[in-house]
Amino acid sequence: MKIGILAIQGDFEAHERRLGELGAGTGLVRRAEELEGLDALVLPGGESTTQLQFLVDEGLFDLLVARARDGFPLFGTCAGAILLANEVRNPDQASLGLLDITVVRNAYGRQLESCVTREPSELGAEPLEMVFIRAPVIERAGPTVRVLARRDGRPVLVEQGRIFAATFHPELSADPTVHAYFLKGVRDGR
Amino acid sequence: MAELMNFSSDPQWRVKVGLAEMLKGGVIMDVTSVDQAVIAEKAGACAVMALERVPADIRKEGGVARMASPKIIRDILHAVTIPVMAKARIGHFAEAQVLEALEVDFIDESEVLTPADEENHIWKHAFRVPFVCGARNLGEALRRIAEGAAMIRTKGEAGSGNIVEAVRHLRAIVGEMRRLATLADEELVAASKQMGAPLELAHWVARNGKLPVPNFSAGGIATPADAALVMQLGAEAVFVGSGIFKSSDPERRAKAIVKATTHARDPKVVLEASEELGEAMKGLDVRQLDEKELLQTRGW
Repeated sequence: MKIGILAIQGDFEAHERRLGELGAGTGLVRRAEELEGLDALVLPGGESTTQLQFLVDEGLFDLLVARARDGFPLFGTCAGAILLANEVRNPDQASLGLLDITVVRNAYGRQLESCVTREPSELGAEPLEMVFIRAPVIERAGPTVRVLARRDGRPVLVEQGRIFAATFHPELSADPTVHAYFLKGVRDGR
Repeated sequence: MAELMNFSSDPQWRVKVGLAEMLKGGVIMDVTSVDQAVIAEKAGACAVMALERVPADIRKEGGVARMASPKIIRDILHAVTIPVMAKARIGHFAEAQVLEALEVDFIDESEVLTPADEENHIWKHAFRVPFVCGARNLGEALRRIAEGAAMIRTKGEAGSGNIVEAVRHLRAIVGEMRRLATLADEELVAASKQMGAPLELAHWVARNGKLPVPNFSAGGIATPADAALVMQLGAEAVFVGSGIFKSSDPERRAKAIVKATTHARDPKVVLEASEELGEAMKGLDVRQLDEKELLQTRGW
């Protein structure tokens, strides 16, 4: 199994390290042709405005939409979740529109509101450690979106078919649960 | 001693370094107005540095360079959605307190401003906002990290448009890390004494082969190829100060440097990014500068 990681900008190396620890092959993706031969793609944390521009310029935007519609699994964290959303606000911003959620950028506030918390999740009995950095808020999740964890009542970990997203950074936690769940989903064709 | 000091597991420390991680592979641009901040964001900057004057003008105009006025910073905070950084003078913890109260996302304790304290840097662990500090070698980088810096950048020679000093500093930091990795535990004690850096941090670097915080490059980056050079030498992101808004076509140059940073190891893309950019900033021969004109010798 080989998982691609979008390596335009952001904490792609943290995802690469974590997936490697869990035994997955990895490849960094900066250009459209680098998507070939991959079983899934991770959209890492970083700045969604920067990443969006490259997706469009490199022709990856349309390609990812087409591949995802054919069942190609995608996993986005923080900025990645923003890119996957159907609707992005604060301000309005284009997105891939692959996940039926409405996301509000920087909704908790600036860096001073960044934090580490623990919340229960559907992934196991133990609460998940969640690292939030200038995080977005999922203001609305559509009826076919499964919410796997919440913070203050609002979804922070969601999936819809083969699209998986977290508004926090599991790649910055010592806990591998979220990535292990993602890999199992890719393997099982969930 | 496998754990990095006692602060590596502290949640506040983790979210500080976490924001630095998010900026990797990107370009942080100096801006002096809302218009420039918007141009930078549109060009793909991953953050902006809000300033009153870019380093090239500070150098030219002289006088005491201080923290920017709160109004400029606040206007820029409201104008863009990407993180906003601002500079405080070395050792001027009260300026840093003001910047924290303004809720900037990162503070640069910077040699570009006139130092407020020639003995001491800011004790950065006392703040909730993360700090970036300049360094010319590994010892200096580790001293700043010990004080709480969540990101290191090379000092280079700000406002010079000349990459030579950033290259010198980056090669020094990366080379010294490589050398530490070859040392036995007992040899690291002498090495840390020689560098003037805490043993725990020297040990961590020796065993992990990198800094415990992201390592960026700043000071003299003016072209896409400059950005590609420092990225290939081991920088994880770049700061561009005067290089963009002192060039003839800032918008295009900003975009080109962003592209070359992401694709630093792909010469064809760096070539594309280098075409039709207009004039780069003029630049200075650092060897023609007097010792007292150098910004990089501020701080220790």
